[in-house]
Amino acid sequence: MAEFWNINPAYEKAAKAFLQEKPEAEVTLEFDIEVKDFVNAGKGSAEVKNVLKRLGVDPNVLRRIAVASYEAEINVAAHSNGGRMNSFVYDDMVYIRFEDKGPGISDIRQAMVPGWSTADDLVREMGFGAGLGLPNIQKNADLLHITSEYGESTILEIIIYYA
Amino acid sequence: MTLREILTVLEAEVLTSGADLEAEIPCAFASDLISDILMCTKEPTLLLTGLTNTQVIRLSDMIDLLGIVFVRGKTPPQELIEMAEERGLILMSTKLTMFRSSGILYSSGLRSCKI
Repeated sequence: MAEFWNINPAYEKAAKAFLQEKPEAEVTLEFDIEVKDFVNAGKGSAEVKNVLKRLGVDPNVLRRIAVASYEAEINVAAHSNGGRMNSFVYDDMVYIRFEDKGPGISDIRQAMVPGWSTADDLVREMGFGAGLGLPNIQKNADLLHITSEYGESTILEIIIYYA
Repeated sequence: MTLREILTVLEAEVLTSGADLEAEIPCAFASDLISDILMCTKEPTLLLTGLTNTQVIRLSDMIDLLGIVFVRGKTPPQELIEMAEERGLILMSTKLTMFRSSGILYSSGLRSCKI
């Protein structure tokens, strides 16, 4: 399995400890993401944003969470055979995990390069496929962890702190 | 600029009902790429775009859009208009190109949003 990590140094210890312990969340949300379903893609992220908004999360952090989550949700709809998004809301952070049913990323480093995309014509016509999805997630998340291999499923995890 | 002034200089029409045309618009951004729009709008912004699929409205769930101007005479589907109305988001349509619309708004004093 190939892996990619990007962690904001300020949260490295806390984020790694969290991933080992995975304590029980205050609120959990689950959404299925269907293949090329651009009618519903984005609903999961909007729901997470709404929950966090009600908790009083700062608007700037809220935007970072929504953007990172939406980009990841769109990636599952645009590039995978479908998958699932699980969100875990805590007092001080949100952890969102995307797991798809393949086909996997053959070269994660390459996929992280801004402007590089494997999006098909349908996806590009919708305004996606700029090759900025993963860089945009990296920019907005305190932790981004991707595990994938060609022919296998991809797991993408995001953590963003707000306290 | 107010929405009313923007409508006038762009010779645009309003597609949604119930909009407050006296609302002040501080800045704008123009793009046909969703990731660009997500990356480049860090404050409440007017969006100029040629994209007319419903993901443009999903976009407004993630970032703070004050309204959307569809350029090049594009008209969105009814479903999109309804989604915008549910959210209180104003939609406008102009026959002008994105370049021309941006130029007119910029020279009328509308600034670029913080990126």
